[in-house]
Amino acid sequence: MKSFLKNREIWLLAGIVVLIGLISTRFPGFADPANLRQVFNDTSILMILALGQMAVILTRSIDLSMASNLCFTGMVVAMLNAAHPAIPIPVLIVVALAVGLALGAINGLLVWRLNIPSIVVTLGTLTIYRGATFVISGGAWVNADQMSPDFINFQRAAFLGLPVLSWIAIAVIALFFLVMTRTAIGRSIYAIGVNPTASIYAGIDVGRTKFIVFCISGMIGGLAGYLWISRYVIASVEVANGYELNIIAACVIGGISIAGGIGSVGGAVLGALFLGIISNALPVINISPFWQMAISGSAIILAVVLNARGERRQGRIILRKAEAV
Amino acid sequence: MTDTPAPRHIPDRLDKPLSSAIFSWEALLVIIAILIFAVNSFASPYFLDPWSLSDLTFNFTEKGLIALAMALLIISGEIDLSVAAIVALASTMMGMALQAGAGTPVLVAIGIIVGLGCGAFNGLLVTRLGLPSIVVTIGTMSLFRGIAFIILGDQAYKGYPESFAFFGQGYVWWVFSFELALFLVAALIYWFILHRTSFGRRVFAIGNNPVACQFSGVRVDRIKFTLFCLTGLMSGIASVLITSRLGSTRPSIAQGYELEAITMVVLGGVSILGGAGSILGVVLAAFIMGLVTFGLGLLNVPGIVMSIFIGLLLIIVIALPIVWRRLREGRFA
Repeated sequence: MKSFLKNREIWLLAGIVVLIGLISTRFPGFADPANLRQVFNDTSILMILALGQMAVILTRSIDLSMASNLCFTGMVVAMLNAAHPAIPIPVLIVVALAVGLALGAINGLLVWRLNIPSIVVTLGTLTIYRGATFVISGGAWVNADQMSPDFINFQRAAFLGLPVLSWIAIAVIALFFLVMTRTAIGRSIYAIGVNPTASIYAGIDVGRTKFIVFCISGMIGGLAGYLWISRYVIASVEVANGYELNIIAACVIGGISIAGGIGSVGGAVLGALFLGIISNALPVINISPFWQMAISGSAIILAVVLNARGERRQGRIILRKAEAV
Repeated sequence: MTDTPAPRHIPDRLDKPLSSAIFSWEALLVIIAILIFAVNSFASPYFLDPWSLSDLTFNFTEKGLIALAMALLIISGEIDLSVAAIVALASTMMGMALQAGAGTPVLVAIGIIVGLGCGAFNGLLVTRLGLPSIVVTIGTMSLFRGIAFIILGDQAYKGYPESFAFFGQGYVWWVFSFELALFLVAALIYWFILHRTSFGRRVFAIGNNPVACQFSGVRVDRIKFTLFCLTGLMSGIASVLITSRLGSTRPSIAQGYELEAITMVVLGGVSILGGAGSILGVVLAAFIMGLVTFGLGLLNVPGIVMSIFIGLLLIIVIALPIVWRRLREGRFA
């Protein structure tokens, strides 16, 4: 029971239930299953992105280029669709995954082969990928009327009561859960975050694992690129500008430690849902959307404070006392 | 008789051969700056005009001021992503004071005090609660700019007094703007603090090993707190300059400045892992970024494409010495 109460995800889940309860007192329809399904669907893209970012953060790295990757890949897919409407959607999704993978691999190679800190690499590619979007599009937009009906409707089609977008999110969550908890690569990712030196002695190739992690976050960015463009039916250079920090915020609220090694798939999903619920709830309870930024900022700070208290018990006691002098 | 040994001279660093000065980071930056300068003056006939060059400086002075304090913060092993949001909040507060009928001196004071206050808030969260600064400042970044959005929404404050315009638009002498003069003076002050005072030595020491510093009697938390306050202060000053230059306040003001300031710091040779760097490098990096954006602007290259060059410059300049070293050691994988 004690370990149950210490579980961060349980507390976050309780927080979300309380949040939904509070919103329901102002807007009774919010807790309806139909509305909650809508909220889940609205948050699907953020959840997928948060999972990719989680894998990176677990290895003590960070990927600031995810939103730019999303923007670039989205533009590639949208232009491809506008030029050749006959290409079937599954092929486009494969293209999106491949383009995203390529961009992620560039990040990964720079981190792995040249040992440049990931925050520097992805700070650079953040501007490069978004700039490249401008170059390939010439600054033009791809509008809804240029996209094929299939392109737009694929993720909206209902399947077993949920839109395809929600099912994609569920599939990605399940896949991440399997990889992170049931495979060697998942264990390696955690091991590197907890103690990179010990990981080397345990036979883990730290550089290569980081490369793989950036490939994962790149593919996720690419997939999210197609989903984002077909959801908001506009592809431009401004798509998801600044969204990289929302993704990291979702991870932080979900209890993923920026110092690496601590975090779970459930945490990332719940962290994203928390932000999604806030952004969905503000309009219906008549709070100006301008409040959203300050509220999520406060949520991040609160989450870090609470998480830090849980983490502090771990680690070497001697050092902790020394630091507290 | 016992010989009293002469006091041993322990140098700060070992004397280096001239070649290492030539291959130093700052030298690399100077060469890049000269190259960009030369290319620019051939590419556009308008470039070498004193007034064009003066306009060029407006591209980087505000971000450069923030980058100076950010350099110290990054050397100490912390980071502040909320600087642009501090600019926005300070500018919004100045706008509110303007609505209440405040004059120029009060506006400037409010901008600086709000900046300082925001920096202190970051510093308290990081040092008192022992939180990682990258996450704290992602949070305060949303919080500070969020407050600006709550106050202003989609509105804007306009109608700043004539005398207020001097800070962002005035000239001290001939083509030398107030912004440039302030940046150079601030660079001198920060150079002195970092490279000529015990405070600066401690900043380096903390970046290299905070625990050892703690045991050596360095007040690690107090110094880190001071650095966060300094970064907030510089953001407040930058906010005064930007608000004065634009003559209006919107909550989206200075969007993305935090990443540009950090790019300047890293391009300037400051290790993102802390413990190494120089103010000269940061100043050179600021000039280089100004040269690149202004030169490309004269050639009608859109801003978003310029950002590709800045991003490439960042990665290439960081990667070059690493590749060079590996090639020389003959173990390039």
